[in-house]
Amino acid sequence: MDSLINRSRPPVFCPGCTHERVVHALDQTLSRMGLAANRVAIVSDIGCSGLFDTFFNTHAMHGLHGRALTYATGLKMANPGLTVIVTMGDGGLGIGGAHLLAACRRNLDLTLLVLNNFNFGMTGGQSSATTPSDALAASGFLNRLEKPLDVCRLVAAAGAPYAARCSGLDKGLAQEIERAVAFEGFAVLDIWGVCTGRYTKRNRLTPAMIRETIDSMPGGGGAIRENQRPEYAAGYAAARAALAPPQPPVEIKARFKPLVRGRHEVVLMGAAGQRIITAGEILAMAAMGAGLQATQKNEYNITVLRGPSISEVIVADAKIGYTGMETPDIILALAQEGVDRRRRSFANLPPGSLVLCAADVALPDCRAQIRRIDFKKRGIRPADRALASLAMLAASQRIVSTPMLMAALKQRFHGQVLASARKTVQRAVER
Amino acid sequence: MPATFMEGNEAIARGALAAGCRFFAGYPITPATTIFQTMLALLPPAGGVCLQGEDEIASIGFCLGASMAGFKAMTATSGPGISLYSEQISFAIGSEIPVVIVDVQRLGPSTGSATRGADGDIQFLRWGNSGGLPVIVLAPVDVRDCFELTMRAFNLAESYRCPVFIASNKEIGMTRESVSLNALPRPAVIDRKAFSGTDRFLPFAADATRKVPGFLPIGGDIPVRQTSSTHGPDGYITTDPDEIAAVQTRLDQKLKASIRRFSYWAQYGPDTAETLIITYGISGRAAKSALARCHRAGAKSVALLVLKTLWPVPADLICNKSANANRILVVEMNLGQYVREIRRLLPDRQVEFIGQMNGRLIHPETIERAVCHG
Ligand code: SF4
Repeated sequence: MDSLINRSRPPVFCPGCTHERVVHALDQTLSRMGLAANRVAIVSDIGCSGLFDTFFNTHAMHGLHGRALTYATGLKMANPGLTVIVTMGDGGLGIGGAHLLAACRRNLDLTLLVLNNFNFGMTGGQSSATTPSDALAASGFLNRLEKPLDVCRLVAAAGAPYAARCSGLDKGLAQEIERAVAFEGFAVLDIWGVCTGRYTKRNRLTPAMIRETIDSMPGGGGAIRENQRPEYAAGYAAARAALAPPQPPVEIKARFKPLVRGRHEVVLMGAAGQRIITAGEILAMAAMGAGLQATQKNEYNITVLRGPSISEVIVADAKIGYTGMETPDIILALAQEGVDRRRRSFANLPPGSLVLCAADVALPDCRAQIRRIDFKKRGIRPADRALASLAMLAASQRIVSTPMLMAALKQRFHGQVLASARKTVQRAVER
Repeated sequence: MPATFMEGNEAIARGALAAGCRFFAGYPITPATTIFQTMLALLPPAGGVCLQGEDEIASIGFCLGASMAGFKAMTATSGPGISLYSEQISFAIGSEIPVVIVDVQRLGPSTGSATRGADGDIQFLRWGNSGGLPVIVLAPVDVRDCFELTMRAFNLAESYRCPVFIASNKEIGMTRESVSLNALPRPAVIDRKAFSGTDRFLPFAADATRKVPGFLPIGGDIPVRQTSSTHGPDGYITTDPDEIAAVQTRLDQKLKASIRRFSYWAQYGPDTAETLIITYGISGRAAKSALARCHRAGAKSVALLVLKTLWPVPADLICNKSANANRILVVEMNLGQYVREIRRLLPDRQVEFIGQMNGRLIHPETIERAVCHG
């Protein structure tokens, strides 16, 4: 296979920069693997290594600092057949840390070449995540206070199935790159090198020193046995193929004559665990069964199992404009938390409005008609209060009728849940 | 006609599928999470890809990668996530990557209130990118709009190769509403135009009239270059001032010069009204109720313009619709953002502002009082 080097864009690195050696080694690798230019995408990160994509005739994507793995992930998921190689410096590695860890956990078949030269070359030699503590960098004393990270140990701990460390100055570089590219899964190759423009101006770092340090370090030998597992895109495709098609949305036909005209507002004020939101939905569905329009707006604490739970339902015979409460017709006061949260609503209730109020709930003063209900006495659990009060409304032909309510229950629930909901309705209206 | 009971977020997801979306990535955040949940339920069984990114930056980055591979892509978040998207939004603008971005706005600043609505990101969506080039922002009013405008957002993203925002609001996204699926408007689906020339493919070469480069996917037969660096038509970094200026001007003009083709709006009340209410988003509903109240109360010379395209500013539309009005009331769920644009366009008119940022909807009575009693 021919070289994929872009002859019109020769590398522009400083003399002696290891990046240039990596460019040629990568080209040798791609040729040896017989990969055509249009089967390879090089996704480059930022800094001097961010120029990599321009030196090749392949597909290329160059984006923002530290984010190369994010674009590569999208490309590869959309086109799993493409060979995607990400080049990134130690700078991009640090700023994109969350993406690196996630890529290790995910195990998508990408190759990450870390061009590790222990500093930010392009911006002037500042310290990076891999700068040794005793190195002289443009970040003054700051790197002395931090510990450099070991890329291979990090990615192994994060679940990468392949992590290798090599010197960019060694002869075997192209073979090292080939092993990483050939690996099926997320492969990280930590390539150590020299930045002649910045780092080695103030720090001694010879090929022999790099070799020696690499030899003395544990790990970084390639495939990591305990992290072997199926590749992500293949796993995704298999999981996707096993999915059942989604249920179409429930469609409600208008089978009943509406009981009301105009706009009517109902507020269910309860507490978490009282199935307030579900009851609101059932009320809306029951009204829709009579051809009415409906909206539902809920309020609950973000810690879902505690605190007030409130549902505002509007039903109307025409398109509903404002979705907030103007003047509620009916309030279902089912728990103290809900009533306390909406104390303000009671002041403006008109005389014709109705409050169905649980016996254990204290109401603020209001002009509405109040119907007290002892749910306990009727053998209705707190979780069934909301549905039971809908049944009471329906029994007295307020907003919806009992057949409308029963039809909504049948559309919303099935099996055991439906049977128990029907029982609750019965119990609520028994004398 | 049978009806379903659906929230705005679900309608956005369904609109995306109807528009041909094949890739979604998001990071959970209230009040946008149910878009992710719905996409996860719908997209993979349909052969698409839905991913949960490790953060917002990754989620939109995935989308940009997938879009460059030729997939229609969408992401969804709220204000705190838009902040994190910013660098990638700039990339999508400058490098002409189609993507639909949903902002289900919540009350800010910052973490703010996860479950309270606001329209506090309206200027942020426009200006929250480096370079200041224009973006398209559409604003739905209800569930029906969520579906339709999402389809249109995809069409625009594909046609103009740019990010398109849907400025929703917790009060739309998480409010359920009866809606008839069959009656939902379904605009014809538009796909991005492929490069069809016989010359060498230049990824950012565009003709002077259309101003949008033909697309080829990364991973296709012809190698494609994509870059976030300042580039010329060949996709290589450039320092040539003329080449740079030409690209910047084209990016600015490709949207601004076409705004008339995608100025969406709704108008209520007489054309000749002396008082015009201008609003957008969820407040459009309160304003419509308020308009009915005003008319009932005898204030007949009042009309309402609900803008559904906010950016680029549909200047001609706004000027035409307000030609007869001597008094303009701008209603927004913030402390005054889009009103700046209206004042800029209508310097000779009395422009009043009604807004609030307290986590609650603006009440129709508030608007009515302002209209009738000033
Ligand atoms: S600054 Fe360092 S990394 Fe950049 S090209 Fe020069 S030697 Fe290479």
